[in-house]
Amino acid sequence: MSDHSKSSPLKMYFTVWAALLVGTFLTYKAAFIELGRFNAAVALTIATVKALLVALFFMHIKGAHEKLLKLVVISTVFFLFLLLVLSMADYGTRTWS
Amino acid sequence: MSDSTVVTLNHEEHRPELLHHFADEQQQRDSASLGMWIFLATEVMFFGGLFCAYLIYRRWYFGDFGAASKSINATLGATNTAVLICSSLTVVLAIWAAQTSRRALMIGTLVLTMVFGLAFLGIKGIEYKDKFEEHHVPGASFSFDHVPIPGHPDQYANPQHAQIFFSLYFIMTGLHALHMIIGLGIFAWLLIMAWKGRFTPEYYTPLEIGGLYWHFVDIVWIYLFPLLYLIDRHP
Repeated sequence: MSDHSKSSPLKMYFTVWAALLVGTFLTYKAAFIELGRFNAAVALTIATVKALLVALFFMHIKGAHEKLLKLVVISTVFFLFLLLVLSMADYGTRTWS
Repeated sequence: MSDSTVVTLNHEEHRPELLHHFADEQQQRDSASLGMWIFLATEVMFFGGLFCAYLIYRRWYFGDFGAASKSINATLGATNTAVLICSSLTVVLAIWAAQTSRRALMIGTLVLTMVFGLAFLGIKGIEYKDKFEEHHVPGASFSFDHVPIPGHPDQYANPQHAQIFFSLYFIMTGLHALHMIIGLGIFAWLLIMAWKGRFTPEYYTPLEIGGLYWHFVDIVWIYLFPLLYLIDRHP
């Protein structure tokens, strides 16, 4: 926890908590609306916003002292994308077989 | 040379929790967090392989996955998401309580975190029980006959393909539940440490590290919930 944020972070914690609950409610409700192929896009967008909120505010990435930490987090996301995107670039384009 | 001599030499300034190879408490905390984040990176790749398998099969067996997903109780899944989010809040509150020397709040929030964790596993148990009774557990007694594909009421889902969905469902939620059980063990230990008064505003690293693990497990669930429970729910 950084020195300049010694003031109470409680308000931020409860705001993030409320936003996560609203996000859960929205993703649940949106799943029952016919949006065609956009159903998955909406669900995954809300999930990513929720994951970012948890990572930035609850896991204290925002305001972290250690600069190497950001490097580790960004590399993690990068390698996950490599795994998913390259695999789907193969399996997702095998329509001719 | 006795042990007490060594301790006195290393900690002349009465900062017993500061290890001598760190410059100050901040650096010690940052180092611990960095190590935990590197571990979490390996965990992301661990779950990432399963998410990749899910994506490939979801693409191949699109309608069958939709039909199989519809048989899971989405309300229980949504409730569990809310339960985990509440437990993440109590974790950050416990760390804040340690930073501000609020012992009762710290112990209370740690107990609440464990209660939420156990509630999650209980709800998960109800879900698994339903799946067992419906013969949706992959294996010899698996049965998924005459279930229409969402959007194509005249077509039935292929039971073999639905079985792959349920295999992924049980592996992914099971592995997640295993992480929850390990997390409960970690928090039981944190609770004992907190009870013994081991955490101070200068030293609460185990809380911070345990919290990172708990939040990571929460994030995995944030993705599992829409991918397993909410695909093709609309009529």
